[in-house]
Amino acid sequence: MKRLIFLLWLFATPLYAVEPDEVLTDPGLEARARSLSQELRCLVCRNESIDESNAEVARDLRLLVRERIMEGDADDEVLAFVVHRYGEYVLLNPRADGANLVLWMAGPVMLLIALGLGFGYVRRRSRASTPGFRALSADEKQRLDEILKE
Amino acid sequence: MIVELGHFALILAAVTAVVQSIVPLIGAHKRWSGWMAMGDTAAMLQFVLTAAAFAALTYAFVVSDFSVRLVYANSHTLKPMIYKISGVWGNHEGSLLLWVLILTLFGACLAWFGGNLPPTLKARALAVQASIAVAFFAFMLLTSNPFVRMEMVPFNGQDLNPLLQDVGLALHPPFLYLGYVGLSMAFSFAVAALIEGRVDAAWARWVRPWTLAAWIFLTIGIALGSWWAYYELGWGGFWFWDPVENASFMPWLLAAALLHSAIVVEKRESLKAWTILLAILAFGFSLIGTFIVRSGVLTSVHAFANDPERGVFILIILAVFLGGALTLFAARAAVLEAKGVFGMVSREGMLVVNNILLAVACFVVFIGTIWPLVAELFFDRKLSVGPPFFNMAFTPFMVALGALLPIGAMTPWKRGKLGRISRPLVPALVLAIALAGLVWAMQTERTLLGPIGLLLASWMVFGAIFDLWTRTGRGDRNARLRRLRNLPGADWGKAIAHGGLGITMFGIAGLTAWEVEDIRVVQLGEQFSVGAYEMVLEEVHDIEGPNYLATTGTVRVTRNGNEVTVLHPEKRIYPVARMPTTEAAIDYRFLRDIYVVLGDPQDDGGYTVRSYIKPLTNWIWLGCILMSLGGLASLFDRRYRVASGARKTKAVPAE
Repeated sequence: MKRLIFLLWLFATPLYAVEPDEVLTDPGLEARARSLSQELRCLVCRNESIDESNAEVARDLRLLVRERIMEGDADDEVLAFVVHRYGEYVLLNPRADGANLVLWMAGPVMLLIALGLGFGYVRRRSRASTPGFRALSADEKQRLDEILKE
Repeated sequence: MIVELGHFALILAAVTAVVQSIVPLIGAHKRWSGWMAMGDTAAMLQFVLTAAAFAALTYAFVVSDFSVRLVYANSHTLKPMIYKISGVWGNHEGSLLLWVLILTLFGACLAWFGGNLPPTLKARALAVQASIAVAFFAFMLLTSNPFVRMEMVPFNGQDLNPLLQDVGLALHPPFLYLGYVGLSMAFSFAVAALIEGRVDAAWARWVRPWTLAAWIFLTIGIALGSWWAYYELGWGGFWFWDPVENASFMPWLLAAALLHSAIVVEKRESLKAWTILLAILAFGFSLIGTFIVRSGVLTSVHAFANDPERGVFILIILAVFLGGALTLFAARAAVLEAKGVFGMVSREGMLVVNNILLAVACFVVFIGTIWPLVAELFFDRKLSVGPPFFNMAFTPFMVALGALLPIGAMTPWKRGKLGRISRPLVPALVLAIALAGLVWAMQTERTLLGPIGLLLASWMVFGAIFDLWTRTGRGDRNARLRRLRNLPGADWGKAIAHGGLGITMFGIAGLTAWEVEDIRVVQLGEQFSVGAYEMVLEEVHDIEGPNYLATTGTVRVTRNGNEVTVLHPEKRIYPVARMPTTEAAIDYRFLRDIYVVLGDPQDDGGYTVRSYIKPLTNWIWLGCILMSLGGLASLFDRRYRVASGARKTKAVPAE
């Protein structure tokens, strides 16, 4: 039920993520390839990185990433290359530009606003005088009258 | 016949809900006690009828009545009995029926246990609860009827998705729904209180245990789902920041915030408006979660278009309830005045910080979850928001929460001094730093994540222990130990739950920092080493299960020549559903799991084997269990019952 569609995709091809034949011999380069794979989305899956995905296209993309690394690209050059080819949809970590700034700034800005409001509230409470006797509300007065009449 | 009776019961329940959403409301307004009391009867009747409908559907699944479309689409005669039963809610229509069953159960509980509530508040809450039920009954009967028959009765069913044929996942939805829907109670009471224009300690005293219960269920439900993903999906991930996961996580965060703010309302009669708002939002996020999962809108905008009827219906429900409640809130919130006076450094102040962190964290998850949709609709950008974003944007809030928690937990009500509060915590901090330093020196990796996770976790755990110890007062050790045993359930619950959160955080940090992964082609009998362990793939053979075929391997794991365990990873094929699954073999231990997955046979006779050493994984779930137990301990605090009894005696002369 929960991940049904995504799982159907996942198991449609009985392949596994990162196959032994893909692994680069240089462990340093391989580590870079793995961390880059975790930032790239499998195009046909539901919210899965190409590092986790078993789909054929994810494998192609993993091989592409390793190819670019072997060509001597830096990490951001590899990402730029993949984005140029497939669009920014492949980036699991959305770029902080244009409208996306709203996404990135939402948390910190909201935190500042909330802290400001919270600070204001606590300060008001700390300066408030202890309320003494509160006058009865109209509702309560009416109810009191009812009771007294009985 | 039984199926038709179930269908009929469902319709009757819907009619009862309509009556219950109107009559008690009028009764409360006019103060007609008979009309108000009707709500109790209706709530119980509604529950009995819905339970009958649910039983009828379960019966259809158990006897494999394939003339019912839902049974045909989700069951099979060969399926084991437990999965025939869990198949009832392993699909859209059935899970909605379970949702409504739980909703009516909570309504009935309110009728049963709500004897000491002010009658108007109770009648109004019952009416609000029923109006939620009306919406969902209508949704079910109009768009997703589980009792629809087939014109031609097929010989056998299409089987349940094999991945769902699993104990963890059989129990996952009921717990999650108990949590989601449990928050409806807080919502109904919030709306009822807004109609009454009055929120007091008694209100909070009633809302808090229900929110706590809902939060416990959510915790268990989320932990079960995450555990299932860990052992079933084949690479041992436990959290993916998937929209459906976020859908359950957001109500959890808000419920946690609500639990804490309700304490302030109960003890200090402050934060009233905010608590009401939280109660509305917490259930609102449950509805948003239902919308996200049921409409598929976040999978892709196009999935939404495939079934717009259902999606639009839930969107309308969401708009009516959330919009209506928020409008009411805007109109009436000013009536709710705060009474308590407290200083900057005070328990109240610290709980405000807790609420800010939890609520903003929830907001971050929300923005991240819906951003792809917003970007596509308004900015024409097709983009993804995945784990890297959430890890970066969400984690700081949890770190801040963990760092402040032990201090906040020890701050006295009304007014405190930082120096006085922190003195008993110094040993906790010293211990935490020492432990983290030790681990940092011992580890071979250069990562800081593990030690920092441990620092935070042990600070929280030791902080909770020292907090409990401080509560026992002064005197010799024996007297304090005796008093420790007699501390109220809520004190124990608080310490256990806070420690549990720390343990979960450490589990996550440890697993992320120290996991060892190995992927290779292995020949039969070939030895290879993973981390500190040696493994041998001894043999591979085929076996036949009740409704699947499997290839199973035998992997012997040793360490320095001593046998550790023998694992049997499997690859299964479910012929009816035509779907392969992997069954990872896991050796669960306290400090680490060994996790082995058998892959495809290679041309040269070997097999792909993926093996992992996953340190501290079980701590993630251990922490969740502790959090739930802590919640349970608070729930059974004697003071709830004593105080509710006291209120009752006080209420009698007033009537």
